[in-house]
Amino acid sequence: MDFQLSEDQQALKEGVRTFCDGRISADQLRELEKEAFDRDLWGELAEMGVFGLRLPESEGGVGLGSADAVVVFEELGRCLAPGPLVWSHLLAGRVEGAASGECVVGGLDLLGRGEDPVLVEHLAHIDALVVLREEGVYKVAPGSLEGAPIETPLDPFTPVHHVASLPEGECIADAAEAAQLRVEGAALASALMLGIAEQTQEMATEYAKGREQFNRPIGSFQAIKHILADMFVRQELARAAVYAAGATLDDPEVGSVRRAVSTAKLVAGEAAMKNSRSCVQVHGGMGYTWEMPVHYYLKRTWVLENVFGGVEEHALQVAEEIGERG
Amino acid sequence: MDLRYSDSDEAFRKELREWLAEAVPAHGSPPDAADWAGRRAYDTGWQRKLYDAGYAGINWPKEYGGRDASLTEQLVYYEESARARAPYIGVNFVGILHGGPTLISEGTDVQKERHIGPILRGEQVWCQGFSEPGAGSDLAALKTRAERDGDHYVLNGHKIWTSFAQVADYCELLVRTDPDARKHRGISWLGIPMGLEGMEIRPLPTLTGEGEFSEVFLENVRVPVDCLVGAENDGWRVTNVTLAFERGTAFATDMVVFQEVMRELAAVAKRVTRNGAAAWEDRSLRAEVGHLAAEVEAVWAMVKYTVSEADRTGVPSVSASGVKLYFTELKQRIGETCMRVLGRATLSREDVDGLPCQSFVYEALQSLSMTIAAGSSQIQRNIISERILGLPREPR
Ligand SMILES: Cc1cc2nc3c(=O)[nH]c(=O)nc-3n(C[C@H](O)[C@H](O)[C@H](O)COP(=O)(O)OP(=O)(O)OC[C@H]3O[C@@H](n4cnc5c(N)ncnc54)[C@H](O)[C@@H]3O)c2cc1C
Repeated sequence: MDFQLSEDQQALKEGVRTFCDGRISADQLRELEKEAFDRDLWGELAEMGVFGLRLPESEGGVGLGSADAVVVFEELGRCLAPGPLVWSHLLAGRVEGAASGECVVGGLDLLGRGEDPVLVEHLAHIDALVVLREEGVYKVAPGSLEGAPIETPLDPFTPVHHVASLPEGECIADAAEAAQLRVEGAALASALMLGIAEQTQEMATEYAKGREQFNRPIGSFQAIKHILADMFVRQELARAAVYAAGATLDDPEVGSVRRAVSTAKLVAGEAAMKNSRSCVQVHGGMGYTWEMPVHYYLKRTWVLENVFGGVEEHALQVAEEIGERG
Repeated sequence: MDLRYSDSDEAFRKELREWLAEAVPAHGSPPDAADWAGRRAYDTGWQRKLYDAGYAGINWPKEYGGRDASLTEQLVYYEESARARAPYIGVNFVGILHGGPTLISEGTDVQKERHIGPILRGEQVWCQGFSEPGAGSDLAALKTRAERDGDHYVLNGHKIWTSFAQVADYCELLVRTDPDARKHRGISWLGIPMGLEGMEIRPLPTLTGEGEFSEVFLENVRVPVDCLVGAENDGWRVTNVTLAFERGTAFATDMVVFQEVMRELAAVAKRVTRNGAAAWEDRSLRAEVGHLAAEVEAVWAMVKYTVSEADRTGVPSVSASGVKLYFTELKQRIGETCMRVLGRATLSREDVDGLPCQSFVYEALQSLSMTIAAGSSQIQRNIISERILGLPREPR
């Protein structure tokens, strides 16, 4: 057992970090607020191998595993990279052009959802839409959807359409594959949320060191220090859970994949939610402004919480497993 | 990134599992909590069996009779011990987990000769006399005096919360040898025999009703100077060695045990009824239990992560504070859920209708001590925010 990043993974992580720092900085992200998508950036992500990461080299991919993928997605979550990243990655190899970035693949997860309104993300930006249903994986032409854009989406970088009628589309994979894609999607979404948990912790810590009140840094007040310590612990718990999910997907003999992934989605989801909320609190009034990017993290967290199962669904999944053996 | 145990770890697991399968049932069930003589015999007897089988001092160096197991073998050891419901370390806690390791690191040859083997074989029980009424979290504020008189120290002072004092043979005692030096200087670390003249032990029942810890009063107690471990007035440094060992591994077994406890909780929730249906039918209860179980799973992953980190760097991970902080608070939340599932049966500390009231209620109550002992949760948060996040320090 060596449950740490390998040298290659460390290098991979640093590579993605460097790219994101240069290409998706906070200022650059703000510029994207209006369009909420950047096709050039998408191409660059594809070139870096984000979408074809787990596709075998023989099929034009990078040939890496899920443990590598969660590390990459952690970094993408940290900088709030916009677009249907997880879907395009999941469908690489199944939808032509997804890996190369020529075809932007979006998705809709109807598994486990009840009677919620059908809101499709990034409809105007995608070339293919994939729907996960009980019966299988379906490919739908985005143009065939009838719906209206929502004028004010929660996350400025995740535009949504309210869809009135959703065509059935073409079945491209069976029910088992739909379930598998959803599990992998949950692992990748949890990695994005791990990134959010880390970034918000670091932003809050940085701010607490610089901001002074009562003639001292607010970071010297224990009430603030303890919020930050809790943020750090949540982030580290999420890291362990997310990496364990990646490692278990790669080597299912080391544990229950479902349980590891549910644990990751739940723990990372809570870490992202609580850390981004705490980040607003530590920033005080500044944290409540649009100008500070803090709110972006909270809003993206809600987007990610609502796909591939939320906290409650995954808690019930774990309960079912322990109940069976209890 | 690899969660797979090596073949040699798995071979170790197999051999240990086979041994535990026979040894645990053969050791019988633990005596009554109030029967301290019985508890000492039970715990030290188990220690002796571990020793004979080559499993004592799992992380101790070989030259001192330990197993010198790799960190991953230690994880396997905790996993298998918990799975087999092996006896807890009990009264051996101080000697095995931090007293012995401190002596190995800081003691003289004579001191090692005197203590190491006997601790490992379960022949010598230690207790920890660090805390005082005025020195808890602020341990360096301790006042117990040791004055030199020829080749003896004369001890006067008052220790409190001393676990297992009533059954211990020796005590890790922190004393002030230089009252004029600054707070963290002037402290010395002694390993003294118990039961000396002028020493009085007054048991202090805990909220679980057990006599786990005591007050220890020292009045003109004379101990030979060769009890001193490390240099005189260098005791604060030695103390930090002790605390590092104490905080390192103490909770590992507990975490694995709690994966089992979550299953037991699910089983109990299937048996008890609420509004005419099994409590387990209640979706919100299932979600709550599943949520807690996921957190237990994540904490165990975090232990593996920190162990792998320590394996690579050779120094314990700073995140160990985070593990302690998260797990102890989680254990309290689990305790509350367990008691809520028991419903009115929780009013009894003895099993009723086959419900595990005794263990559920005891664990819930006992969990309250875990966020206080070995560095309270608040102190852990101070440590994390200062040493890891680099925030301004508290007054010292
Ligand atoms: C079950 C049990 C067994 C124990 N066994 C032993 C033993 O064998 N030997 C031994 O020497 N000691 C033992 N202890 C004592 C233990 O180490 C102390 O209880 C602990 O260090 C806290 O000290 P205190 O009880 O004086 O509380 P205090 O230090 O008075 O703390 C009271 C409260 O104030 C908070 N607080 C204190 N300082 C700060 C700060 N700087 N910032 C924020 N909050 C703060 C604490 O978190 C706590 O909530 C044991 C304790 C327990 C509960």
